[in-house]
Amino acid sequence: MAILVYIEHADGAVKKTSLEAVSYAKALTEKTGEGDVIAIALGSISADALAEAGTAGASSVKHVADENLNAGVIQAHADAVAQVAKSLDAKTLVLAKSSLGDAVAARLAIKLDAALVSNVTELPDLSDGYRVKRSIYTGKAFAVTAVEKENKILAVKKNAIDLATDGAPATVETVDLSLDDALFAAKITATDKAEGDILLPEADIVVSGGRGLKGPENWHMIEDLAKSLGAATGCSKPVSDIGWRPHHEHVGQTGVKVAPTLYVAVGISGAIQHLAGVNSSKYIVVINKDPEAPFFKAADYGIVGDAFDVLPKLKQALEAAK
Amino acid sequence: MELKEQTGGSVTVLHVGEADADPTLRKALAIGADDAIRVNAFPKDSLFVAEQIAAIAKQNNYDLILMGRESIDFNGGMVHGMVGELLGLPSISPVMKLDIEGSTAKMAREIEGGKEQLEAQLPLVLGCQEPIAEWKIPNMRGIMSARTKPLQVVEPSSDTVASSVLQYELPPAKGAVKLIDADQVEELVRLLKNEAKVL
Ligand SMILES: Cc1cc2nc3c(=O)[nH]c(=O)nc-3n(C[C@H](O)[C@H](O)[C@H](O)COP(=O)(O)OP(=O)(O)OC[C@H]3O[C@@H](n4cnc5c(N)ncnc54)[C@H](O)[C@@H]3O)c2cc1C
Repeated sequence: MAILVYIEHADGAVKKTSLEAVSYAKALTEKTGEGDVIAIALGSISADALAEAGTAGASSVKHVADENLNAGVIQAHADAVAQVAKSLDAKTLVLAKSSLGDAVAARLAIKLDAALVSNVTELPDLSDGYRVKRSIYTGKAFAVTAVEKENKILAVKKNAIDLATDGAPATVETVDLSLDDALFAAKITATDKAEGDILLPEADIVVSGGRGLKGPENWHMIEDLAKSLGAATGCSKPVSDIGWRPHHEHVGQTGVKVAPTLYVAVGISGAIQHLAGVNSSKYIVVINKDPEAPFFKAADYGIVGDAFDVLPKLKQALEAAK
Repeated sequence: MELKEQTGGSVTVLHVGEADADPTLRKALAIGADDAIRVNAFPKDSLFVAEQIAAIAKQNNYDLILMGRESIDFNGGMVHGMVGELLGLPSISPVMKLDIEGSTAKMAREIEGGKEQLEAQLPLVLGCQEPIAEWKIPNMRGIMSARTKPLQVVEPSSDTVASSVLQYELPPAKGAVKLIDADQVEELVRLLKNEAKVL
Protein backbone atom coordinates (compact mmCIF):
# COMPACT_ATOMS: atom_id res chain seq x y z
CA MET A 1 0.00 0.00 0.00
CA ALA A 2 1.10 3.53 -0.67
CA ILE A 3 -0.14 6.99 -1.43
CA LEU A 4 0.77 8.06 -4.95
CA VAL A 5 1.56 11.71 -5.72
CA TYR A 6 1.45 13.01 -9.29
CA ILE A 7 4.20 15.64 -9.45
CA GLU A 8 4.75 18.25 -12.13
CA HIS A 9 8.06 19.78 -13.09
CA ALA A 10 9.21 22.86 -14.98
CA ASP A 11 12.61 24.20 -15.99
CA GLY A 12 14.30 21.01 -14.79
CA ALA A 13 12.95 21.08 -11.22
CA VAL A 14 9.94 19.67 -9.40
CA LYS A 15 7.37 22.44 -8.89
CA LYS A 16 7.09 23.75 -5.38
CA THR A 17 3.34 23.16 -5.33
CA SER A 18 4.01 19.50 -6.21
CA LEU A 19 6.50 19.26 -3.34
CA GLU A 20 3.78 20.62 -1.08
CA ALA A 21 1.48 17.88 -2.37
CA VAL A 22 4.16 15.35 -1.39
CA SER A 23 4.32 16.84 2.12
CA TYR A 24 0.54 16.70 2.29
CA ALA A 25 0.60 13.01 1.32
CA LYS A 26 3.27 12.31 3.92
CA ALA A 27 1.16 13.90 6.67
CA LEU A 28 -1.85 12.01 5.31
CA THR A 29 -0.21 8.56 5.54
CA GLU A 30 0.70 9.34 9.11
CA LYS A 31 -3.04 9.69 9.76
CA THR A 32 -4.30 6.84 7.60
CA GLY A 33 -1.44 4.37 7.84
CA GLU A 34 -1.34 3.99 4.07
CA GLY A 35 2.38 3.30 4.06
CA ASP A 36 4.92 5.06 1.88
CA VAL A 37 4.55 8.14 -0.26
CA ILE A 38 5.52 7.36 -3.83
CA ALA A 39 5.71 10.12 -6.41
CA ILE A 40 5.20 9.75 -10.15
CA ALA A 41 6.85 12.10 -12.62
CA LEU A 42 6.33 12.11 -16.39
CA GLY A 43 8.61 13.30 -19.16
CA SER A 44 12.25 14.38 -19.31
CA ILE A 45 13.85 15.49 -16.04
CA SER A 46 17.04 14.44 -14.26
CA ALA A 47 17.02 11.79 -11.53
CA ASP A 48 18.78 14.24 -9.21
CA ALA A 49 15.98 16.77 -9.58
CA LEU A 50 13.41 14.08 -8.85
CA ALA A 51 15.27 12.85 -5.76
CA GLU A 52 14.35 16.26 -4.31
CA ALA A 53 10.80 14.93 -3.78
CA GLY A 54 12.35 12.95 -0.92
CA THR A 55 13.07 16.06 1.10
CA ALA A 56 9.34 16.79 1.06
CA GLY A 57 8.46 13.28 2.20
CA ALA A 58 8.47 10.83 -0.74
CA SER A 59 10.36 7.58 -0.27
CA SER A 60 10.61 6.89 -3.99
CA VAL A 61 9.80 8.38 -7.37
CA LYS A 62 8.55 6.43 -10.35
CA HIS A 63 9.84 8.18 -13.44
CA VAL A 64 8.17 7.57 -16.79
CA ALA A 65 10.83 9.24 -18.89
CA ASP A 66 9.00 8.95 -22.25
CA GLU A 67 9.66 12.29 -23.95
CA ASN A 68 6.24 12.23 -25.57
CA LEU A 69 5.02 13.08 -22.08
CA ASN A 70 7.03 16.32 -21.90
CA ALA A 71 4.01 18.24 -23.08
CA GLY A 72 0.98 18.11 -20.89
CA VAL A 73 -1.04 15.73 -23.03
CA ILE A 74 -3.95 15.16 -20.67
CA GLN A 75 -5.09 11.72 -21.81
CA ALA A 76 -1.61 10.26 -21.91
CA HIS A 77 -0.71 11.67 -18.50
CA ALA A 78 -3.89 10.26 -17.00
CA ASP A 79 -3.26 6.86 -18.53
CA ALA A 80 0.34 6.71 -17.29
CA VAL A 81 -0.62 7.70 -13.75
CA ALA A 82 -3.50 5.19 -13.72
CA GLN A 83 -1.20 2.37 -14.81
CA VAL A 84 1.24 3.11 -12.00
CA ALA A 85 -1.52 3.63 -9.40
CA LYS A 86 -2.97 0.24 -10.27
CA SER A 87 0.39 -1.51 -10.17
CA LEU A 88 0.99 -0.11 -6.66
CA ASP A 89 -2.57 -0.78 -5.56
CA ALA A 90 -2.68 2.82 -4.30
CA LYS A 91 -6.10 3.82 -2.97
CA THR A 92 -5.22 7.49 -2.60
CA LEU A 93 -3.74 9.83 -5.16
CA VAL A 94 -2.61 13.33 -4.20
CA LEU A 95 -1.65 16.15 -6.56
CA ALA A 96 -1.21 19.91 -6.58
CA LYS A 97 -4.14 21.86 -7.98
CA SER A 98 -3.11 23.28 -11.36
CA SER A 99 -4.66 23.55 -14.77
CA LEU A 100 -2.96 20.35 -15.98
CA GLY A 101 -3.46 18.64 -12.62
CA ASP A 102 -7.21 19.33 -12.67
CA ALA A 103 -7.59 18.01 -16.20
CA VAL A 104 -5.61 14.85 -15.51
CA ALA A 105 -7.29 14.21 -12.15
CA ALA A 106 -10.78 14.36 -13.65
CA ARG A 107 -9.97 11.55 -16.11
CA LEU A 108 -8.25 9.59 -13.36
CA ALA A 109 -11.36 9.79 -11.20
CA ILE A 110 -13.18 7.75 -13.85
CA LYS A 111 -10.27 5.42 -14.63
CA LEU A 112 -9.66 4.58 -10.97
CA ASP A 113 -13.29 4.75 -9.86
CA ALA A 114 -12.22 7.36 -7.32
CA ALA A 115 -13.84 10.33 -5.60
CA LEU A 116 -12.06 13.50 -6.68
CA VAL A 117 -11.98 16.46 -4.32
CA SER A 118 -10.33 19.61 -5.63
CA ASN A 119 -9.09 22.77 -3.89
CA VAL A 120 -8.39 20.85 -0.69
CA THR A 121 -7.18 23.19 2.06
CA GLU A 122 -6.51 20.88 5.03
CA LEU A 123 -5.79 17.28 5.95
CA PRO A 124 -8.98 15.20 6.09
CA ASP A 125 -10.90 14.69 9.31
CA LEU A 126 -11.15 10.93 9.87
CA SER A 127 -13.10 11.05 13.13
CA ASP A 128 -16.42 10.37 11.37
CA GLY A 129 -15.98 8.93 7.91
CA TYR A 130 -13.62 10.77 5.56
CA ARG A 131 -14.27 14.52 5.51
CA VAL A 132 -12.27 16.92 3.42
CA LYS A 133 -12.40 20.70 3.59
CA ARG A 134 -12.17 22.45 0.25
CA SER A 135 -12.25 26.03 -0.87
CA ILE A 136 -15.28 27.10 -2.93
CA TYR A 137 -16.58 30.37 -4.39
CA THR A 138 -12.96 31.19 -5.32
CA GLY A 139 -11.86 31.30 -1.70
CA LYS A 140 -14.85 33.11 -0.27
CA ALA A 141 -16.13 30.01 1.54
CA PHE A 142 -15.32 26.40 2.39
CA ALA A 143 -17.30 23.20 1.93
CA VAL A 144 -16.77 20.26 4.25
CA THR A 145 -17.20 17.30 1.93
CA ALA A 146 -17.84 13.67 2.79
CA VAL A 147 -15.93 11.35 0.45
CA GLU A 148 -17.99 8.33 -0.45
CA LYS A 149 -15.65 6.07 -2.39
CA GLU A 150 -12.82 3.83 -1.29
CA ASN A 151 -10.46 5.32 -3.86
CA LYS A 152 -9.70 9.00 -3.40
CA ILE A 153 -8.01 11.74 -5.37
CA LEU A 154 -7.19 14.94 -3.53
CA ALA A 155 -6.10 18.02 -5.50
CA VAL A 156 -4.40 20.19 -2.91
CA LYS A 157 -4.47 23.96 -2.96
CA LYS A 158 -1.28 25.93 -2.52
CA ASN A 159 -0.37 26.62 1.13
CA ALA A 160 -2.71 23.85 2.40
CA ILE A 161 0.24 22.51 4.34
CA ASP A 162 3.75 23.56 5.34
CA LEU A 163 6.37 22.20 2.97
CA ALA A 164 8.57 19.64 4.71
CA THR A 165 12.26 19.86 3.80
CA ASP A 166 13.91 17.43 6.17
CA GLY A 167 13.44 14.11 4.32
CA ALA A 168 16.21 12.07 2.74
CA PRO A 169 16.54 12.13 -1.06
CA ALA A 170 14.10 9.75 -2.72
CA THR A 171 15.18 6.75 -4.74
CA VAL A 172 14.31 7.23 -8.38
CA GLU A 173 13.19 4.31 -10.49
CA THR A 174 12.63 4.50 -14.23
CA VAL A 175 9.40 2.88 -15.36
CA ASP A 176 8.62 1.88 -18.93
CA LEU A 177 4.97 1.94 -19.83
CA SER A 178 3.26 1.16 -23.04
CA LEU A 179 1.11 4.11 -24.02
CA ASP A 180 -1.32 3.77 -26.87
CA ASP A 181 -0.95 6.20 -29.80
CA ALA A 182 -4.59 7.16 -29.40
CA LEU A 183 -3.71 8.81 -26.08
CA PHE A 184 -1.78 11.41 -28.05
CA ALA A 185 -4.68 12.29 -30.34
CA ALA A 186 -4.72 15.90 -29.12
CA LYS A 187 -1.50 17.37 -30.53
CA ILE A 188 0.25 20.35 -29.02
CA THR A 189 1.53 22.29 -32.02
CA ALA A 190 3.18 25.23 -30.27
CA THR A 191 3.93 26.46 -26.78
CA ASP A 192 4.48 30.08 -25.99
CA LYS A 193 5.77 30.26 -22.48
CA ALA A 194 7.80 32.79 -20.54
CA GLU A 195 10.92 30.80 -19.60
CA GLY A 196 12.49 31.27 -16.22
CA ASP A 197 9.91 33.78 -14.99
CA ILE A 198 8.30 33.09 -11.64
CA LEU A 199 4.98 31.48 -12.45
CA LEU A 200 2.02 33.45 -11.19
CA PRO A 201 -0.09 30.62 -9.72
CA GLU A 202 2.88 29.39 -7.71
CA ALA A 203 4.51 32.65 -6.68
CA ASP A 204 5.00 33.46 -3.00
CA ILE A 205 4.85 37.17 -3.74
CA VAL A 206 2.80 38.80 -6.49
CA VAL A 207 2.80 42.43 -7.59
CA SER A 208 -0.20 43.37 -9.73
CA GLY A 209 -1.03 46.54 -11.58
CA GLY A 210 -4.39 47.91 -12.69
CA ARG A 211 -5.74 50.59 -14.93
CA GLY A 212 -4.38 53.15 -12.46
CA LEU A 213 -0.97 52.68 -14.08
CA LYS A 214 -2.26 54.54 -17.14
CA GLY A 215 -0.43 52.56 -19.82
CA PRO A 216 1.97 49.73 -20.68
CA GLU A 217 4.87 52.16 -20.84
CA ASN A 218 4.65 52.48 -17.05
CA TRP A 219 4.84 48.76 -16.36
CA HIS A 220 8.54 48.95 -15.60
CA MET A 221 7.49 50.34 -12.22
CA ILE A 222 5.56 47.13 -11.47
CA GLU A 223 8.40 45.01 -12.83
CA ASP A 224 11.01 46.89 -10.79
CA LEU A 225 9.05 46.45 -7.59
CA ALA A 226 8.50 42.78 -8.41
CA LYS A 227 12.23 42.36 -8.94
CA SER A 228 13.05 43.91 -5.56
CA LEU A 229 10.58 41.53 -3.93
CA GLY A 230 11.39 38.41 -5.98
CA ALA A 231 7.77 38.47 -7.09
CA ALA A 232 5.72 37.43 -10.11
CA THR A 233 3.73 40.13 -11.89
CA GLY A 234 -0.01 40.13 -12.44
CA CYS A 235 -2.68 42.57 -13.59
CA SER A 236 -6.39 43.30 -13.57
CA LYS A 237 -8.65 42.09 -16.36
CA PRO A 238 -9.08 45.38 -18.26
CA VAL A 239 -5.30 45.67 -18.39
CA SER A 240 -5.00 42.38 -20.26
CA ASP A 241 -8.16 43.05 -22.30
CA ILE A 242 -6.64 46.23 -23.74
CA GLY A 243 -3.39 44.39 -24.32
CA TRP A 244 -1.11 46.21 -21.91
CA ARG A 245 -0.19 42.82 -20.48
CA PRO A 246 -0.53 39.20 -21.68
CA HIS A 247 -3.73 37.37 -20.85
CA HIS A 248 -2.10 34.78 -18.62
CA GLU A 249 -1.20 37.52 -16.12
CA HIS A 250 -4.80 38.48 -15.51
CA VAL A 251 -5.80 37.75 -11.95
CA GLY A 252 -9.36 37.19 -10.78
CA GLN A 253 -12.49 35.19 -11.15
CA THR A 254 -12.04 34.79 -14.90
CA GLY A 255 -8.26 34.59 -14.77
CA VAL A 256 -5.53 33.20 -12.56
CA LYS A 257 -6.28 32.56 -8.90
CA VAL A 258 -3.24 33.27 -6.80
CA ALA A 259 -2.44 32.27 -3.23
CA PRO A 260 0.79 34.07 -2.35
CA THR A 261 1.97 34.99 1.11
CA LEU A 262 2.04 38.61 -0.10
CA TYR A 263 -0.11 40.25 -2.79
CA VAL A 264 0.64 43.87 -3.70
CA ALA A 265 -2.09 45.62 -5.71
CA VAL A 266 -1.23 48.90 -7.38
CA GLY A 267 -3.85 51.08 -9.05
CA ILE A 268 -6.48 48.33 -8.90
CA SER A 269 -9.90 49.32 -7.58
CA GLY A 270 -10.70 45.95 -5.98
CA ALA A 271 -13.81 44.87 -7.87
CA ILE A 272 -15.37 41.70 -6.50
CA GLN A 273 -14.28 39.76 -9.61
CA HIS A 274 -10.67 40.74 -9.03
CA LEU A 275 -10.83 39.94 -5.32
CA ALA A 276 -12.09 36.46 -6.20
CA GLY A 277 -8.62 35.69 -7.52
CA VAL A 278 -6.65 37.03 -4.56
CA ASN A 279 -8.59 36.32 -1.40
CA SER A 280 -6.50 33.27 -0.59
CA SER A 281 -3.47 35.54 -0.18
CA LYS A 282 -2.00 35.63 3.32
CA TYR A 283 -1.26 39.38 3.30
CA ILE A 284 -2.54 42.04 0.93
CA VAL A 285 -0.97 45.47 0.40
CA VAL A 286 -2.98 48.03 -1.56
CA ILE A 287 -1.58 51.18 -3.14
CA ASN A 288 -4.31 53.40 -4.54
CA LYS A 289 -4.79 57.14 -4.78
CA ASP A 290 -8.49 56.87 -3.90
CA PRO A 291 -9.04 56.32 -0.16
CA GLU A 292 -12.51 54.98 -1.00
CA ALA A 293 -11.21 52.23 -3.30
CA PRO A 294 -12.95 48.99 -2.25
CA PHE A 295 -9.65 47.10 -2.27
CA PHE A 296 -8.68 48.74 1.05
CA LYS A 297 -11.45 46.75 2.75
CA ALA A 298 -9.73 43.51 1.73
CA ALA A 299 -6.23 44.75 2.56
CA ASP A 300 -3.96 44.23 5.56
CA TYR A 301 -1.78 47.24 4.74
CA GLY A 302 -2.58 50.20 2.57
CA ILE A 303 -1.02 53.35 1.23
CA VAL A 304 -3.31 56.08 -0.06
CA GLY A 305 -1.17 57.73 -2.69
CA ASP A 306 -0.17 58.14 -6.31
CA ALA A 307 1.53 55.03 -7.66
CA PHE A 308 3.93 57.17 -9.68
CA ASP A 309 5.14 58.72 -6.44
CA VAL A 310 4.92 55.71 -4.09
CA LEU A 311 6.41 52.90 -6.22
CA PRO A 312 9.88 54.40 -6.74
CA LYS A 313 10.08 55.26 -3.03
CA LEU A 314 8.94 51.80 -2.03
CA LYS A 315 11.50 50.17 -4.28
CA GLN A 316 14.21 52.32 -2.72
CA ALA A 317 13.07 51.48 0.81
CA LEU A 318 13.07 47.78 -0.03
CA GLU A 319 16.57 47.92 -1.46
CA ALA A 320 17.76 49.88 1.59
CA ALA A 321 16.29 47.28 3.94
CA LYS A 322 18.05 44.35 2.22
CA MET B 1 -23.50 30.01 -32.43
CA GLU B 2 -20.33 31.35 -34.07
CA LEU B 3 -19.40 27.81 -35.12
CA LYS B 4 -22.89 27.13 -36.37
CA GLU B 5 -22.76 30.25 -38.52
CA GLN B 6 -19.40 29.14 -39.95
CA THR B 7 -19.94 25.42 -40.43
CA GLY B 8 -23.66 24.73 -40.27
CA GLY B 9 -24.98 21.94 -38.09
CA SER B 10 -27.21 22.15 -35.08
CA VAL B 11 -26.71 23.21 -31.47
CA THR B 12 -28.27 21.46 -28.48
CA VAL B 13 -28.07 22.99 -24.99
CA LEU B 14 -27.94 20.49 -22.17
CA HIS B 15 -28.42 21.16 -18.49
CA VAL B 16 -28.45 18.92 -15.44
CA GLY B 17 -30.67 20.65 -12.90
CA GLU B 18 -34.10 21.47 -11.70
CA ALA B 19 -36.98 23.37 -13.34
CA ASP B 20 -35.78 26.79 -12.16
CA ALA B 21 -33.20 26.61 -14.97
CA ASP B 22 -35.82 26.49 -17.73
CA PRO B 23 -35.83 30.28 -18.33
CA THR B 24 -32.05 30.09 -18.87
CA LEU B 25 -32.52 27.25 -21.35
CA ARG B 26 -35.18 29.30 -23.16
CA LYS B 27 -32.70 32.17 -23.30
CA ALA B 28 -30.12 29.86 -24.92
CA LEU B 29 -32.77 28.85 -27.46
CA ALA B 30 -33.50 32.53 -28.05
CA ILE B 31 -29.82 33.15 -28.73
CA GLY B 32 -30.02 30.48 -31.42
CA ALA B 33 -29.70 26.94 -30.08
CA ASP B 34 -31.93 24.47 -31.93
CA ASP B 35 -33.15 22.41 -29.00
CA ALA B 36 -32.64 21.98 -25.27
CA ILE B 37 -32.46 18.98 -22.95
CA ARG B 38 -32.73 19.21 -19.18
CA VAL B 39 -31.88 16.21 -17.04
CA ASN B 40 -34.34 16.71 -14.23
CA ALA B 41 -32.23 16.29 -11.08
CA PHE B 42 -30.41 18.28 -8.47
CA PRO B 43 -26.73 18.23 -9.58
CA LYS B 44 -25.39 16.34 -6.59
CA ASP B 45 -21.71 16.31 -7.49
CA SER B 46 -19.39 16.44 -10.49
CA LEU B 47 -19.46 12.72 -11.13
CA PHE B 48 -23.26 12.66 -11.09
CA VAL B 49 -23.40 15.54 -13.59
CA ALA B 50 -20.71 14.02 -15.81
CA GLU B 51 -22.54 10.70 -15.98
CA GLN B 52 -25.77 12.40 -17.07
CA ILE B 53 -23.98 14.38 -19.77
CA ALA B 54 -22.14 11.30 -21.02
CA ALA B 55 -25.36 9.29 -21.16
CA ILE B 56 -27.11 11.94 -23.29
CA ALA B 57 -24.03 12.30 -25.50
CA LYS B 58 -23.92 8.55 -26.15
CA GLN B 59 -27.43 8.73 -27.61
CA ASN B 60 -26.70 11.68 -29.88
CA ASN B 61 -23.21 11.54 -31.46
CA TYR B 62 -22.29 15.19 -30.96
CA ASP B 63 -19.18 16.37 -32.82
CA LEU B 64 -18.28 18.80 -30.09
CA ILE B 65 -19.24 18.99 -26.43
CA LEU B 66 -18.53 22.44 -24.98
CA MET B 67 -18.83 23.53 -21.37
CA GLY B 68 -17.29 26.10 -19.06
CA ARG B 69 -13.88 25.42 -17.57
CA GLU B 70 -15.36 25.36 -14.06
CA SER B 71 -18.51 26.33 -12.22
CA ILE B 72 -18.56 29.69 -10.51
CA ASP B 73 -19.66 28.21 -7.18
CA PHE B 74 -17.67 25.00 -6.59
CA ASN B 75 -14.76 25.73 -8.96
CA GLY B 76 -14.21 22.01 -9.48
CA GLY B 77 -13.13 22.19 -13.13
CA MET B 78 -13.55 18.45 -13.55
CA VAL B 79 -16.76 17.71 -15.43
CA HIS B 80 -15.19 18.04 -18.92
CA GLY B 81 -12.41 15.61 -18.05
CA MET B 82 -14.85 13.11 -16.59
CA VAL B 83 -17.15 13.33 -19.61
CA GLY B 84 -14.17 12.89 -21.94
CA GLU B 85 -13.02 9.80 -20.08
CA LEU B 86 -16.53 8.34 -19.90
CA LEU B 87 -16.90 8.77 -23.67
CA GLY B 88 -13.31 7.83 -24.52
CA LEU B 89 -12.75 11.23 -26.16
CA PRO B 90 -9.95 13.77 -25.68
CA SER B 91 -10.81 16.52 -23.18
CA ILE B 92 -9.05 19.87 -23.27
CA SER B 93 -9.36 22.83 -20.90
CA PRO B 94 -9.24 25.80 -20.52
CA VAL B 95 -9.74 26.51 -24.22
CA MET B 96 -9.73 30.21 -25.09
CA LYS B 97 -9.81 30.02 -28.86
CA LEU B 98 -11.44 27.48 -31.13
CA ASP B 99 -11.56 27.19 -34.92
CA ILE B 100 -12.99 24.26 -36.80
CA GLU B 101 -11.52 23.32 -40.18
CA GLY B 102 -13.25 20.27 -41.62
CA SER B 103 -13.02 17.67 -38.88
CA THR B 104 -10.02 19.31 -37.20
CA ALA B 105 -10.30 21.60 -34.19
CA LYS B 106 -7.55 24.18 -33.77
CA MET B 107 -7.39 25.51 -30.25
CA ALA B 108 -5.43 27.74 -27.91
CA ARG B 109 -5.29 26.77 -24.29
CA GLU B 110 -4.04 28.76 -21.33
CA ILE B 111 -1.24 27.11 -19.37
CA GLU B 112 0.67 28.39 -16.35
CA GLY B 113 2.83 31.24 -17.58
CA GLY B 114 1.74 31.12 -21.21
CA LYS B 115 -0.31 29.66 -23.97
CA GLU B 116 -0.40 26.44 -25.94
CA GLN B 117 -1.73 25.78 -29.44
CA LEU B 118 -3.39 22.43 -29.99
CA GLU B 119 -4.96 20.43 -32.77
CA ALA B 120 -7.27 17.46 -32.51
CA GLN B 121 -9.85 15.61 -34.55
CA LEU B 122 -13.51 15.83 -33.66
CA PRO B 123 -15.32 14.58 -31.63
CA LEU B 124 -13.95 16.39 -28.58
CA VAL B 125 -14.93 17.59 -25.12
CA LEU B 126 -13.76 21.12 -24.31
CA GLY B 127 -13.81 23.22 -21.14
CA CYS B 128 -13.99 26.81 -22.34
CA GLN B 129 -12.98 30.17 -20.96
CA GLU B 130 -13.22 33.78 -22.09
CA PRO B 131 -12.51 35.06 -24.74
CA ILE B 132 -13.76 31.94 -26.56
CA ALA B 133 -16.62 33.84 -28.23
CA GLU B 134 -18.45 37.13 -28.31
CA TRP B 135 -21.38 37.41 -25.93
CA LYS B 136 -24.65 37.29 -27.81
CA ILE B 137 -27.89 38.88 -26.66
CA PRO B 138 -31.19 37.39 -27.81
CA ASN B 139 -33.18 39.56 -30.21
CA MET B 140 -36.96 39.82 -30.41
CA ARG B 141 -37.29 37.28 -33.21
CA GLY B 142 -35.14 34.82 -31.27
CA ILE B 143 -37.22 35.26 -28.14
CA MET B 144 -40.42 34.62 -30.09
CA SER B 145 -39.11 31.52 -31.85
CA ALA B 146 -37.61 30.11 -28.62
CA ARG B 147 -41.10 29.60 -27.25
CA THR B 148 -41.83 26.84 -29.73
CA LYS B 149 -38.40 25.19 -29.88
CA PRO B 150 -38.18 21.78 -28.16
CA LEU B 151 -37.14 21.69 -24.50
CA GLN B 152 -37.05 18.06 -23.54
CA VAL B 153 -37.04 17.08 -19.85
CA VAL B 154 -35.59 13.64 -19.11
CA GLU B 155 -35.00 11.78 -15.88
CA PRO B 156 -31.44 10.96 -14.73
CA SER B 157 -29.96 7.74 -16.08
CA SER B 158 -27.84 6.91 -13.00
CA ASP B 159 -27.62 7.92 -9.39
CA THR B 160 -23.91 7.58 -8.53
CA VAL B 161 -22.21 10.20 -6.41
CA ALA B 162 -18.64 10.31 -5.19
CA SER B 163 -18.99 12.96 -2.53
CA SER B 164 -21.51 15.11 -0.72
CA VAL B 165 -21.26 18.47 1.01
CA LEU B 166 -21.99 18.27 4.73
CA GLN B 167 -21.48 21.84 5.75
CA TYR B 168 -20.41 25.28 4.55
CA GLU B 169 -18.01 27.58 6.42
CA LEU B 170 -16.83 31.15 6.03
CA PRO B 171 -13.21 32.19 6.38
CA PRO B 172 -12.35 34.18 9.52
CA ALA B 173 -13.16 37.88 9.18
CA LYS B 174 -10.36 40.14 8.06
CA GLY B 175 -9.13 42.82 10.49
CA ALA B 176 -9.13 46.51 9.52
CA VAL B 177 -6.50 47.75 7.08
CA LYS B 178 -3.44 49.45 8.53
CA LEU B 179 -2.86 52.66 6.60
CA ILE B 180 0.65 53.93 6.12
CA ASP B 181 1.46 57.47 5.10
CA ALA B 182 2.65 57.80 1.51
CA ASP B 183 5.69 59.69 2.77
CA GLN B 184 6.68 56.88 5.11
CA VAL B 185 6.97 53.86 2.88
CA GLU B 186 9.85 52.61 5.07
CA GLU B 187 7.20 51.92 7.68
CA LEU B 188 5.44 49.54 5.27
CA VAL B 189 8.71 47.71 4.65
CA ARG B 190 9.25 47.46 8.41
CA LEU B 191 5.75 46.06 8.99
CA LEU B 192 6.09 43.52 6.18
CA LYS B 193 9.39 42.42 7.64
CA ASN B 194 8.71 42.41 11.37
CA GLU B 195 4.96 42.07 11.74
CA ALA B 196 3.80 40.03 8.72
CA LYS B 197 7.24 38.40 8.37
CA VAL B 198 6.84 38.00 4.63
CA LEU B 199 10.09 39.61 3.51
C1 LIG C 1 -18.09 38.65 -15.54
C2 LIG C 1 -16.95 39.53 -15.14
C3 LIG C 1 -15.75 38.94 -14.82
C4 LIG C 1 -14.66 39.73 -14.46
N1 LIG C 1 -13.48 39.09 -14.13
C5 LIG C 1 -12.46 39.85 -13.71
C6 LIG C 1 -11.22 39.27 -13.30
O1 LIG C 1 -11.05 38.04 -13.34
N2 LIG C 1 -10.21 40.07 -12.90
C7 LIG C 1 -10.35 41.44 -12.83
O2 LIG C 1 -9.38 42.09 -12.44
N3 LIG C 1 -11.48 42.01 -13.22
C8 LIG C 1 -12.54 41.27 -13.66
N4 LIG C 1 -13.68 41.90 -14.05
C9 LIG C 1 -13.68 43.37 -14.15
C10 LIG C 1 -13.88 44.05 -12.81
O3 LIG C 1 -15.27 44.17 -12.56
C11 LIG C 1 -13.27 45.46 -12.82
O4 LIG C 1 -13.82 46.20 -13.87
C12 LIG C 1 -11.76 45.46 -12.97
O5 LIG C 1 -11.16 44.59 -12.02
C13 LIG C 1 -11.23 46.86 -12.79
O6 LIG C 1 -9.87 46.91 -13.09
P1 LIG C 1 -8.93 48.03 -12.46
O7 LIG C 1 -9.08 47.99 -10.99
O8 LIG C 1 -7.59 47.85 -13.03
O9 LIG C 1 -9.53 49.38 -13.08
P2 LIG C 1 -10.41 50.50 -12.43
O10 LIG C 1 -11.64 49.95 -11.82
O11 LIG C 1 -10.52 51.54 -13.47
O12 LIG C 1 -9.56 51.04 -11.24
C14 LIG C 1 -8.36 51.75 -11.36
C15 LIG C 1 -7.93 52.11 -9.96
O13 LIG C 1 -6.69 52.79 -10.03
C16 LIG C 1 -6.69 53.85 -9.12
N5 LIG C 1 -5.73 54.83 -9.64
C17 LIG C 1 -5.85 55.63 -10.72
N6 LIG C 1 -4.73 56.36 -10.90
C18 LIG C 1 -3.89 56.00 -9.90
C19 LIG C 1 -2.59 56.41 -9.54
N7 LIG C 1 -1.91 57.32 -10.25
N8 LIG C 1 -2.02 55.85 -8.45
C20 LIG C 1 -2.70 54.92 -7.71
N9 LIG C 1 -3.93 54.49 -8.02
C21 LIG C 1 -4.53 55.03 -9.10
C22 LIG C 1 -8.10 54.36 -9.10
O14 LIG C 1 -8.38 55.03 -7.88
C23 LIG C 1 -8.90 53.06 -9.24
O15 LIG C 1 -9.21 52.50 -7.95
C24 LIG C 1 -14.78 41.13 -14.42
C25 LIG C 1 -16.00 41.72 -14.74
C26 LIG C 1 -17.08 40.94 -15.09
C27 LIG C 1 -18.37 41.61 -15.41
